[in-house]
Amino acid sequence: MIQDKKAHKFGMVIDLDKCTGCGSCTVSCMAENNIPFKEDESDKKDSLTWMRVYKLTNGKPFPETQTAYLPRPCQHCGGKGDHGHSPCVSVCPATATDYGYDTGIVSQIYTRCFGCRYCMAACPYHARYFNWWDPVWPEGMEKYLSPNVSPRMRGVVEKCSFCYHRYQLAREQAYFDETDEIPEDAYQTACTTACPAGAIIFGDLNNPSHKIHQIVKPDPHPDPLNHDVVGKSRNPKVFRLLERLGTNPKVYYMSEREWVRKLGDSYLEGEWDKVKNHHGAASHD
Amino acid sequence: MSEIENKTEHGSMDGAKESAAEDPKNDTGLGLGVIFFILAFLICFLSGWLLFPKLLYSKHEQPFNFDHALHVQETGDCESCHFLREDGTFSGIPKTESCLDCHTDEPMGETEDEAIFAAEYVAKQREVPWYVYAKQPDCVYFSHAAHIKAAGMDCVTCHGHIGESTSSRPYEENRLTGYSRDIWGNNIWGITKNPWDSMKMDDCAVCHEEETGHKGYCFQCHK
Repeated sequence: MIQDKKAHKFGMVIDLDKCTGCGSCTVSCMAENNIPFKEDESDKKDSLTWMRVYKLTNGKPFPETQTAYLPRPCQHCGGKGDHGHSPCVSVCPATATDYGYDTGIVSQIYTRCFGCRYCMAACPYHARYFNWWDPVWPEGMEKYLSPNVSPRMRGVVEKCSFCYHRYQLAREQAYFDETDEIPEDAYQTACTTACPAGAIIFGDLNNPSHKIHQIVKPDPHPDPLNHDVVGKSRNPKVFRLLERLGTNPKVYYMSEREWVRKLGDSYLEGEWDKVKNHHGAASHD
Repeated sequence: MSEIENKTEHGSMDGAKESAAEDPKNDTGLGLGVIFFILAFLICFLSGWLLFPKLLYSKHEQPFNFDHALHVQETGDCESCHFLREDGTFSGIPKTESCLDCHTDEPMGETEDEAIFAAEYVAKQREVPWYVYAKQPDCVYFSHAAHIKAAGMDCVTCHGHIGESTSSRPYEENRLTGYSRDIWGNNIWGITKNPWDSMKMDDCAVCHEEETGHKGYCFQCHK
């Protein structure tokens, strides 16, 4: 384990009140990461969508019906207590995926994966996808592929990498300039830059000068209600998906609307009212 | 030793003696068998040792011979042709355009190789389709900037004394994987003396572990 005080913790906050569900993030992600597509993409059950947009509704009849869209990349879980034991990493029998303690990004060697799909079963967010076929692009389109991302072959699992190749490029620039600092705008994911509504904000959760840190205000102490949960947002509008599992995702969501925040987890009757005003350790002081 | 064990040991030895005494021809059979086994083993071993690498790798000659020693003498260092770009990426093998800093479509020397270069590539404005000995598989990410700038390594540490070579050796390609033989190395058992003898993931990991205390995470060297 690389123990570095200056370790990054890259994360994302998505404003669900700004998201229009246009799908630009999905398209840019597929183009950026050489994700293949099928002739008939209407059959979604075996599509590869590193970034997938879900539709949420409040379930009320007209005229109270409200809709929201929830883009879901890989959540880059830190695991229980944020020690790096992500659900997918801890089950991989091939050590083909691991947790980067220097970046907080769950990384993978595609050629090392042998396709057992344990990680897909373990992931509570359905963020991992299996390649049922070798990738094929229409003739001529292979010239548009990114040389910075290796295409995956049949029989391996893949997922969002927070556009790690962009981090690699930013770091090469930093090495050339002989600096340790990677500026906030030097490393941004494809979906962040493509979002026309500016709903996605990406940055280093450990760096107080980054916008994401200022919005999320991650709690440095474990959650008093559940010690497995670390980095809970102190912003009352911000939540994470299935936060109580203790997977500690680095993707945060933000909404003014209470019904949207409530859909971030499966609450039993009466549970929501107990936790809805709980925003980290400080809220109990 | 217990009594029972004693008995069985003696019993079995007696049995062996008896059968040998009864049928002395068996010895010749056994001798022939041993000779046959040794011969067959040698044939299999040698064909695996000598023939298999020849079958596994196909050889390609470079488009024309390149004299590194001469160019280092003229330009002074490696960086004149193989350099880091301003964004930190590595230029790799120079494009014909950078050769034109010195060369023209009229050869400067008298070698046949330069004549080929001038006539076929400079005059026709084409890139030379070099075979790259050090080319890694597509899934590998390697940052020259990290090693040159941050770790302060020089070219020789990994690439060896290629700057002193006067001719291009044939490029050997693994027929199964399509990778350069330099990745696995010349030694079929994978034994290496120098860092440039092989460039496998393990070779990277050994050095990373020594120098940084950690092999690194997947995406540090993969993409």
